[in-house]
Formats: sequence, structure tokens, C-alpha cells
Amino acid sequence: MSSVSGSPAFQAVEGDEEVIIGLEVHCQLDTKTKLFCGCSTDYRDDGPNTHVCPICLGLPGSLPAVNRKAVEFALKVAKALNCRVLEESEFSRKNYFYPDLNKGFQISQYDKPLAVEGWLRIEGDDGEKTVRITRVHMEEDPGRLVHKGGADRPKYTLVDYNRAGIPLIEMVTEPDIRSPKEARRFLNKLRATLEYLGVFDSEKEGSLRVDANISIQPRGWFEAHGKGMEGRGRTEVKNISSYKGVEKALTFEITRQKNLIRRGQRLETATRHFVETRGVTTASRSKEMEQDYRYFPEPDLVPLRVSDWCERIVLPELPDARQNRFMDEYGCSYNHARTLTGDLRVAEFYEKVAAVDPRIAATWVADTLLGELNYRDMNIAKVSPSHFIELLQMLKEDVITDKSAVEVLRVILDQLAEGCQCEAPSSCVARLNLAKTADDGLDAVIEEVMREHPQAVEDFHNGRKEALNFLVGQVMRKTRGRVDPGDVNRRLREILPPGGT
Amino acid sequence: MISERDVLHIAELADIGITREELDEFTGQFNDILDYFDILDQVEAGAGAETGLYNVFRDDEVVPSLPPDEILGNAGETEDDFFRAPRVM
Ligand SMILES: [Zn+2]
Repeated sequence: MSSVSGSPAFQAVEGDEEVIIGLEVHCQLDTKTKLFCGCSTDYRDDGPNTHVCPICLGLPGSLPAVNRKAVEFALKVAKALNCRVLEESEFSRKNYFYPDLNKGFQISQYDKPLAVEGWLRIEGDDGEKTVRITRVHMEEDPGRLVHKGGADRPKYTLVDYNRAGIPLIEMVTEPDIRSPKEARRFLNKLRATLEYLGVFDSEKEGSLRVDANISIQPRGWFEAHGKGMEGRGRTEVKNISSYKGVEKALTFEITRQKNLIRRGQRLETATRHFVETRGVTTASRSKEMEQDYRYFPEPDLVPLRVSDWCERIVLPELPDARQNRFMDEYGCSYNHARTLTGDLRVAEFYEKVAAVDPRIAATWVADTLLGELNYRDMNIAKVSPSHFIELLQMLKEDVITDKSAVEVLRVILDQLAEGCQCEAPSSCVARLNLAKTADDGLDAVIEEVMREHPQAVEDFHNGRKEALNFLVGQVMRKTRGRVDPGDVNRRLREILPPGGT
Repeated sequence: MISERDVLHIAELADIGITREELDEFTGQFNDILDYFDILDQVEAGAGAETGLYNVFRDDEVVPSLPPDEILGNAGETEDDFFRAPRVM
């Protein structure tokens, strides 16, 4: 513990701590072919070792050649993350021994990465904040391993090199993230940005992998010392491969570290492995130190000089710009605009249905539809915009109540979730008899209710206001929510004899 | 200068056991290789191969991969079209 004190400028307060998180995010770039050979990247439905050639197998004498599209995609990312593209960058060999690397090394970038010093704005725990990006570089994905014969102690390993050579972009942040929630928000914003750029498909299995560095320091320590200083040891958590996994892994790790600190144990800097199925991190035996990777410039590839090219690239509209446009063009609230633009598919869906009525559409997409989809773990791509337009139209024209609209939506989503052809909202409304009861119909129901509950009518007449609520409730029950509670209330007041005092 | 300890460390990373004789042999070989770099160090700075080449790219066009039997043809062991390797976990 003595190592965290000692600076005259910094006074630690016992028990007042903060979480320091930095992320390394790897995303597969959505090119047609691999980074250094012409093998197709569309391997997910095919058998093992069907997308492999002498280059991605690293056979002697084969010569890698850089995929222009992969560089263009990487430059788009660098530019969108406000990075400075280096005048000259190069590929390096990272040497280590593991069967996922057929060549015995991974072609990556080391001391001359593609781009450095960027930033991304995110919604932090205390309002908007900037997360600095240290570097952005390109590298090839290793192969896929299948450990056979017992989960705890496998007997042997099977290797599939279809994934070997898929272009990855690695983005490293400064340790600017302060909670698991912020880490998740950062990843969501990053994913949205990459998808807006059209360089990444988050739906593809295994397209994202995250390593997280995390430590717990006395509050203010980090700002006083910066990342060069070692305070308490930090953990590098490897092998996180889902968005939810990041928050889970970090939350677990914070609890583990806090428990060690409470028991007065020293925290060593260490590498740990996230086990997604159990939601825990376990100690891993990573024996390599930086120098063990014996990085050196890849002799088979010539350097890149692409900073001019980057300047010529015109970026599409990115999430922040689209959020502002949604507020200006559609009159969306800040929160609705942020939710709607946080995912490219949601933003595009909203723009397809907004014409009916931008405000009704914003509420029904951002609040209702996304909630219902989330509940069913469903993707918005499954929902037909024209069906949703029909539903919004019925709401706008007052054909159905809000309650009925939710019911229709649920029926349709359940049908979709089961893989069925879903009904059109209008036929669903007809089938379930959900159309709003016309006023004369309402009067008939009200009269019926008044006949059945003379005591409540009497009570209301004698000034007991809660009797009215009871009668409204009875009408709602009889109409099964097909009427608007406000309408019932109004109509009852008109029909009932005036309440005395 | 590569020491016996360096060689043992690398052998551990590679997960291979080496004998006492091999340790002597490899340590000698490692140092012989490094000696060649001493020769290269005598070359004047800037006299290295300057290709003047940069930005050599290929288009993002799919080229057929090799059939799995050719890919797996030289493998020591295979199973269901996978390469089979020793336990690594
Ligand atoms: Zn290939």
C-alpha cells in the first residue's frame, strides 16, 4: 500500500477509491477477402479449413499482399475517431508459440501503427465525456481452436484456419473509463460509429473481442500520477467477446480486487481470463513479456504512406451528427434522439416510419418497440417498417388506444419470435376486436355499469370521488381496454347526476 | 549474448522440453546467429536496402481457396478436416 502514497501533491483518503479502466477493442473489418490473401471472409457457414490458401497458412515461399479495402476501412475508423494518421506506418511480426498461429507469428503493427491520439465522446456517469484513443492499428486474426476431451483438462486441440488472416482493427483507449457502465457505453458508441462507417458487422459471431485493463486506485491518484506510475497492480482481463460480457467481467473484477484490498493483500499486475459462461475471471498463465514477442518489421511487406489518402476520405454522417439532425429535423427530444441514433439499424428504421408523425414515431420506437425487442432478445431488422407504419397510423387516427397498440405489437413480435409470418396490425386489431368503441357504444356500456352498481352511483352523488374511479375501472374491464380511460372519465361526469357536497 | 537461461525461457514459452546436450547446442547456435548481426552492424547507416516502395496493395477480390485435402495434405495429424495439435490449455 505504501507505493500509492508519497507524492506531496496527492493525499489519499482512506476508503475513497476510483476505478481506472482502459480497453483494447478488436473488431473484424467487413471486407470480402482476408487481409493478406484473396480467401473469402464469408466462412461462418462452412466447414473447417475451407477458406485457406498457402498465404494464410503461412507456407514457405508464399507472399502476403495488403488488401486495399482493409486499409481504407481502417483509415475511416482512424478519421472517425479523430486520430492523427502517421506519415509512415508499417507491419511487424509478433512472435509467439500457439497453434492458432500457423506461421509462428502474427502480422500486426507495433512501433509504427496506422494512427494515434484520437478521441471519442461518450455519455459518461457524470454527463458527456471524452475517452482518449491511444492508437489504432491493423492486424490479422489468428485461427480458431477447439479444445477436445474434457473442459477442465483438454486432451488435444483442433485447429481451423478459416479465421486466420481476417482483417482486424485494434483500438486502444487511454485509461479514461471509470466504471463498467461507462465501458459498455464506450463500446456501444464505438460499435455504432463503426457500423455507420459501413466497415463492421456486429451481428457476425465473434466479430468483436475486448481486453480490459482495470485497477482500483485511491481517488485522485490517477490524475496526480498518470499512467506511467504504478500504484496498485492492475489486471488485464482477456477473452471478452460480447458487449454484455464486458460489463460482467469488469464488475466481477472490481469485486475481486476490492475484496483483496479489504483483506490487506497486495494486488499484483496480472493477466486473467474471462469465462463468459460462468461470469468470472480466472488466473491465466501468460508467460510472455513484451520482449518475448520479438517484434520486428515484416520483411515481406513494404511500409504504408497513407496520411494523404486519409485526408481525402469523406466520412458519412456519424452518430452525433445524426442525433443533432433528429432533434432539428424531427423535433426529437435529446434522449429519444440519442437512443434512436445509438444503433444504425434503429436509426434507419425510425427514418422509415417517421413520416406518419415524427413525435409519435419517436416515442413508439425508442420507448415501446426497443423495450419489447429487448425483452425478447430480438433484432429490429425482423420488424417490418410498413407494419409499424400501419400501427402508428391507427394510433394517430385514434382507431386504437395506446394499450391496444402495445397488445398488437406484442402479438406481432411474439409471432415473429416464433419464426412465423406475422399478421398485419390492422387484421390483428380486427381479429382481437381491439378497435376503439364508438361513443354510442361507450354510452351503452356506461349505462350497463350504472345499472349494475347503483350504490357507486349513489356514493358519487353523495360526493365520494373514489366512486367515479371505481365506475371507470368497471367500464375499462367491460371494454377490455378498447376505450381511453380519459374519455370514460369525461363521459361519466357528463352522464352521472352531479356530485353533491 | 544469449545465456542458457534465455534458451530455457524460450523453450518454456514454446512448451518443449530440452535435454542438457540440446541446451548447450542451442545456446551455441543462438549466439552464432547473433554474431551475423554483428557483421551487419559494420555496414554504414543508410547503406541498407532502400526499395523506395510503399503502398503496395491488392484489390478486395475473392480468389478461390485450396481444397481442404490439399490444405491438410501435409499435416501430421488431422481430425474431421481440422488440424490436430497437442493440448494447449
Ligand atoms: Zn488465404
